[in-house]
This record gives sequence, structure tokens and C-alpha cells, in this order.
Amino acid sequence: MASYSTNEFRSGLKILMDGDPCIIVENEFVKPGKGQAFNRVRIRNLKTGRVVDKTFKSGDSVEAADVIDTEMEYLYADGEFWHFMVPDTFEQYAADANAVADGAQWLKEQDRCQVTLFNNSPLTVTPPNFVELRITETDPGVRGDTAQGGVKPATLETGAVVKVPLFVEEGEVIRVDTRTGEYVSRVKD
Amino acid sequence: MTGAPESWRPGASLEVMRRRAGMLQALREWFRERDVLEVETPALSGSAATDPNIDSLRTRIGRRDYFLHTSPEFPMKRLLASGSGDIYQVCRVFRGSESGSRHNPEFTMLEWYRIGTGMSAMMDEVEALVRHLCGPGRSGWPARRITYRDLVLETAGLDPLVATGGQIEAALSEHGVPPPGSGAADRQLLLDLLFSTVVEPGLDPSGPVFVYHFPAEQAALARISPSDPRVAQRFELFLGGMEIANGFHELADAGEQRRRFEADNARRQELGRPLLPLDERLLAALEHGLPDCSGVALGIDRLLMHLTGAEHIRDMLAFDIERA
Repeated sequence: MASYSTNEFRSGLKILMDGDPCIIVENEFVKPGKGQAFNRVRIRNLKTGRVVDKTFKSGDSVEAADVIDTEMEYLYADGEFWHFMVPDTFEQYAADANAVADGAQWLKEQDRCQVTLFNNSPLTVTPPNFVELRITETDPGVRGDTAQGGVKPATLETGAVVKVPLFVEEGEVIRVDTRTGEYVSRVKD
Repeated sequence: MTGAPESWRPGASLEVMRRRAGMLQALREWFRERDVLEVETPALSGSAATDPNIDSLRTRIGRRDYFLHTSPEFPMKRLLASGSGDIYQVCRVFRGSESGSRHNPEFTMLEWYRIGTGMSAMMDEVEALVRHLCGPGRSGWPARRITYRDLVLETAGLDPLVATGGQIEAALSEHGVPPPGSGAADRQLLLDLLFSTVVEPGLDPSGPVFVYHFPAEQAALARISPSDPRVAQRFELFLGGMEIANGFHELADAGEQRRRFEADNARRQELGRPLLPLDERLLAALEHGLPDCSGVALGIDRLLMHLTGAEHIRDMLAFDIERA
């Protein structure tokens, strides 16, 4: 198993802590004039998202986490798993609800997502920053008032509910920012 | 280790390079006026600093191993023992695995020795030189002087000379510093962590501070205090919470020096670090007789950081290790 010494520590490095994959967010080297050096490290657990501070004696080493980010195409969900495919190799991966998490509401077939693999199985799924989805249900539009910022809820084809301006109609396709869950614009067919 | 093409450019601005050149010129002038001789000693040595926390870089000429010096201390003491009188040196020194916002594996050190000078008078001299190099308009002088023990009591609320490993761990946790998991409650190691993470950042961010009478276990090459055997005649100067200089009333006893070297190697064995050949030439020089003297090592790059308000040492170096 590969390992990293503290002098290889830098932000972005993926290491294994208590069996969980973690990413180094910050790394600070401290050393008194004469004495032992330390690395003070802030790490984020990639499974739980929790951020913790750790202190390492300089010279210590930690195991590397086998974590890779891969771009994949979303295929379908079968009720238990969400299935993805690497476009070049046609390799398929099944992600569970933990990995997909809130991203599930934005997943539309054939969209490209970033799938993070840990020991070759999906750890997290990040949907595209922007998705274009059709509105399947919303109250009828209000004509005239296009400038003033009234909003109403709209249900999208994936089941997600977003706030849209009053003039947007059922059946229209809209662009949504998946990082904030906010409506961006209408998309002309 | 970026290989990006733009990394051919220097890290330090032209302004910083001019200040560095000005500082070197000013300190040479200052020592010349005081009749201190500039010397040069080899960067390569057949022996190395045994300090377990210093990582000497090793290289090879033919079949012989040499170490890049981590400080010019040993050969300079041989010059002192040979009758050189007061001497100073400005040189690049090398320390493996020291890299961070205040550390670069090679950096510029000013090292000087004054014969017949004790610890307190040497602090006076460091203060005079640093004030001279900082120029007018810098406030806070004269520097505050406080013992290591009083400073740790003041900032961390415990007595470093008697506190147990468990008590130091508790103080660290209280200040939000998780103790390292491995190594159990190693008192010395925890004290080092406490000093770097709690005591140093707690120092006056504007004013200069001398910390003196470090614990005897951290004596390095300093004499033990005649008035309290628990502490050593060692001091450090901090500017804005950053260590700038380290000084000793130099240990001159060859037998005691050999015992410390051997203790260093024993500690190295404990820590799984490489054992190093003792500097027998230094020991022979001490045997011959080192004049009563004090010596100081001062980090030029860090002094520049303090003067320019820089956050990272790379901004003081034409090419730091990432660009080397």
C-alpha cells in the first residue's frame, strides 16, 4: 500500500485515516528553534464531510487513499442503485443512496457527472453544475408581471422542486444551478 | 514541485533582493567596525550535527560520505580554539525536511562568536545589531526579556520545568491543538509542540522578545546555568512571534560535549533516525581549549520577512525549493 511522509503533505492530498478516505485541506509545518517538528493538518473526511484537525510528528507517514475522480455518464436508477458508465471504456458502476445523496434530484439520463471512486467503488457523485430540466408541474403563469420578483414552486421531471418566476409555464425547460438549487433561466427548445 | 513553465520566475521582488543586499552590506560594515573577522568554513563535512531534530543532507565524493552543514558552528569553534579571536560568517545552510511558511531546506544564516562575553551581554549585542539592521522607525525596543519558564507560565498556564506529559497534553487540548496520536506522552516532544503552537503565537506580535534559560534538556550546545541546573544559558530572539536568532553561552567542556553527542545518538536510535559520526575534530579542539565565548545564529531570510511583513519565506528568496 502506498504511503505519504509528512514532507509530502500538501492540500489536496488524499490519505486514509481510521480506514476512511480523507483529503488534506490545510497543512502547516511548525518547529521550535531546537526541537521536534510537527505538521498541523486540517483534513476533511470524504465519506462524512466532517473536518478535523490533526497533529503529526514530522517524519511520520500515513497511508494513501486510493481515491480518483472520474467523469461518467448517468444511465438509470433501479430503485436501489444509480448506475453510471465511463464513456470511453463502457465500464459500469453502481452508486448507492449514500454516494448520490442530494445529487439524486438533479440526475437526468445521459448527463455527465463526476463520480469519485474509493477502492474502485463510488464514494460520492457530483452532478453537473448546471442541468436543463423540464417542468412537469407548476401553477399557471401570470401574464404581465415579468419584472417584479414573485416566485412559485415548480416540480421538475426528476422530482426536484425549485422556485421559478411567475411567468414560467408548465412544460418549459429551465436551467438550474445544482450547487445552490436555484433557477437560472428558461431554455428555448 | 511544480514543473509549470512560469515557475522560472523568481519568488522575491527586486525590492526584496535590494533589501537583502543592503542588509548584508550593513552587517559586514557593522562587524568591521567592531573588529570581528569574517571567515568561511566548508559547507561539506565528514561529520554532522547530532541533534535528533535536525536532518543533515548527505552526499558522496568518491567513496566517502559527506554532510552538508546545517550550521557552521563546529568548524567556527575550531577556529576559535586555534586563536582566531572574534569571528562571524554569513552562509547558506541546509536542513532536509524543513519546508513551510517559515522554513526552506536551504537558507541564509549569520553566525558569530564573541570571546569573553556571557549570555546577557550577548543579548545586548544581538539587540544592537538587529536594531541597526532594522533601521530607525521600528518601535518596541529595548526588547522584553523573559525566562522560558515564566513565558510558558504566562501563555499556557503551566510550569514547563515540572509539568507532566499529561498536563501538557491537557494544555494543548485546551488551546485546540490535538496532541499527536503516536509517541505516547513524551514530555519533551509535547513541550516542543506547546511552544510552537501556543507560546510562540501568544508572543507580542509587534514587540521584540528575548526568551532565555531554556530547559536543560533543550540546551543543545549551551552551558548549564550555574545558578539553576534545570536550565541552560541559551536564548532566542523573537520578532513578531517569529524566532529570528538563537544564542548560547558556549559549552567548552569536551567531556560534557561528548556525552551530549552520545545522548543525541541514543535519542536518534529511540526515534528510528540515522545515527551520525561524532565530530572528533571539534572534540579535539575543545580538548585543546575553547576560549570562554558566546555565539549566535541569526536567520537573515526571517529578519527580511519581519521587515517586509511577508507571510512566506519564499517571497524572500530568489528561488525557493519549489522553484529550485
